[in-house]
Amino acid sequence: MEILLAIMIGVLYAAGIYMILRRSLVKLILGIIILGNGANLLIFLLGRVVKGSPPIIPADSDVFQSVYADPVPQALILTAIVISFGLQSFAIILVKRAYKVVKTDDLDEMNAIDKDS
Amino acid sequence: MTQQLVLYPLLLQMFLSILLMFCWRKISWQRVISIVGSIISVGVSIWLFSYIWENGTQIVLAGNWKPPFGIIFVADTLSATLVLLTAISGLAVASFSSASVVAARLKFGYFPIFHFLLLGLNGAFLTGDIFNLYVWFEIIIISSFVLITLGGEKAQLEGSVKYFTLNILASMIFLTAIAVLYGLTGSLNMADLALKVAAIENRGLVEITAILFLVAFGIKAAVFPLYFWLPDSYHTPPSAVAAIFGGLLTKVGVYALIRVFTLIFVGDMFLENIILIIAVLTLFSGGLGALVQNNLRKVFSYLIICHIGYMIAGLGLFTEVAIAGTIFYLIHDIIVKTNLFMVGGLIFRIRGTNSIRNLGGLYADHPMLSLLIAIPLFSLVGVPPLSGFWPKISLIIAAFESEQWWVVGAIIFASLITLIVIAKVWASVIWKEKKELPVRLNFRYFDKLKTIRKAQMIAPMIFLSLVSLYIGFGAEHIQQVSSRVAGELMDNTQYIEAVLGKEQIIDHEE
Repeated sequence: MEILLAIMIGVLYAAGIYMILRRSLVKLILGIIILGNGANLLIFLLGRVVKGSPPIIPADSDVFQSVYADPVPQALILTAIVISFGLQSFAIILVKRAYKVVKTDDLDEMNAIDKDS
Repeated sequence: MTQQLVLYPLLLQMFLSILLMFCWRKISWQRVISIVGSIISVGVSIWLFSYIWENGTQIVLAGNWKPPFGIIFVADTLSATLVLLTAISGLAVASFSSASVVAARLKFGYFPIFHFLLLGLNGAFLTGDIFNLYVWFEIIIISSFVLITLGGEKAQLEGSVKYFTLNILASMIFLTAIAVLYGLTGSLNMADLALKVAAIENRGLVEITAILFLVAFGIKAAVFPLYFWLPDSYHTPPSAVAAIFGGLLTKVGVYALIRVFTLIFVGDMFLENIILIIAVLTLFSGGLGALVQNNLRKVFSYLIICHIGYMIAGLGLFTEVAIAGTIFYLIHDIIVKTNLFMVGGLIFRIRGTNSIRNLGGLYADHPMLSLLIAIPLFSLVGVPPLSGFWPKISLIIAAFESEQWWVVGAIIFASLITLIVIAKVWASVIWKEKKELPVRLNFRYFDKLKTIRKAQMIAPMIFLSLVSLYIGFGAEHIQQVSSRVAGELMDNTQYIEAVLGKEQIIDHEE
């Protein structure tokens, strides 16, 4: 399970970075989304994957009885997902607006700022 | 009353932005609320600073969970100083924006977002939890995205696409670094991390995590070779926005670097050498970049990069004198860079262009203003006894003592380049003969503004120039602050004790 997740995270990071390196604006957004998912899965994996033992203390005890799933990484991922959702929706609007104004989705042609004004 | 004092600057900014949102269309109200609120925030920050100065590091447990669990806010002298500087720059920019930002932009929520940005900055300075730091960084970048795109001009959108991509990438790397760190230690509290990271035996993995943090914060702080987004985007938004960005946004990256590399990843020769090399290259590339630009605001943008190098160099030398120099430089730089971009905005309002080639004759037309502009410019160079001079002395002494001659050379070289750049700007913008420029229609020239708007533009510059002069002439006070901060940073047990209490550290040592 862990090795599979690790490979998948690697693929997601690689794909994300590859997409960001492309010149198209849409692929840039896709790359950011994929990279974000990779990072979230990485938190999940590094928080240790534990199967079938929720972090609940039995009624007749004061402490955990055995190994339990750490709830903190899940809270972190949830926060990160919400934040990246907000950022991605902003990114999509920004790209749409930039495409309308600049009339290209090729990053190489976005060079109006290099000219002196 | 003072129990939750650490949170007051945060709560005030949040309250202000919510209040401002209720006055969405009433711009004149927003102007008043923003300026008055910023004055109150300066008061609160002074209160916080003096309280911390007398009583030492304070903590607030959000949710009352005992550390290392739960989110915690820590105010040591460094945090309190930076919160105070944020409030001072915030006040200046709030006043400057009311006059210089056009009404169309103000109508789309400029002021609420501006105060959200200040909220994020204060939060980043005060938090004691690494994941919480990430969340504050996101609040900062979301607000900055809105500010940088507000208006939607062509150049602005192109600049913001670059700004946006690089900042998101930095956040992803930061998140990755947190994931690895959590996997290594199982903790997020920075004081707890400091103890746990020191105990890890697999140093290779720790170094890789540290490099991930270095890259993430390096992009935010715009160090070599990660700075290319900065000169491409900082000259596109209104100058008020550029002022707060140039003054504070890159400094959050520097703050995070200082915090992480004095608290969590300490005493690693490999990392210190990397930081030093980066610092020297930043000094060179920023300086040389500033030398060849023709756009006034691009020159200032490259100067930001160049001067980030000083602070990083102090961090890399990692002696008490060097860290004191870094902190002193940070204090000086926030005030001067904010002022510098406002000066840029003022010159643009007077002449209607940013091109150094076409500017000129400012001294003939506005001699008093030119005198005012001279203060930030020459503070930046560090003409003694102005504010830029003292921290450089500390840094050079520290570099001498550690026998890093190339760092001494780089610091002096960068000062020389800054001097040349500023002399060039001074000669061609202020002294050169005036060129007749085509009059731009529908452009709000400075001379056509109402007197109150003029006052709102000039007053913050006078205010920041006075602060600059105080930093220069009252250098002894600032040196006291920076020495104390350096003492706290070099000996991180103080911070850890304040957060975790004494018993925890002894437990760990056993």
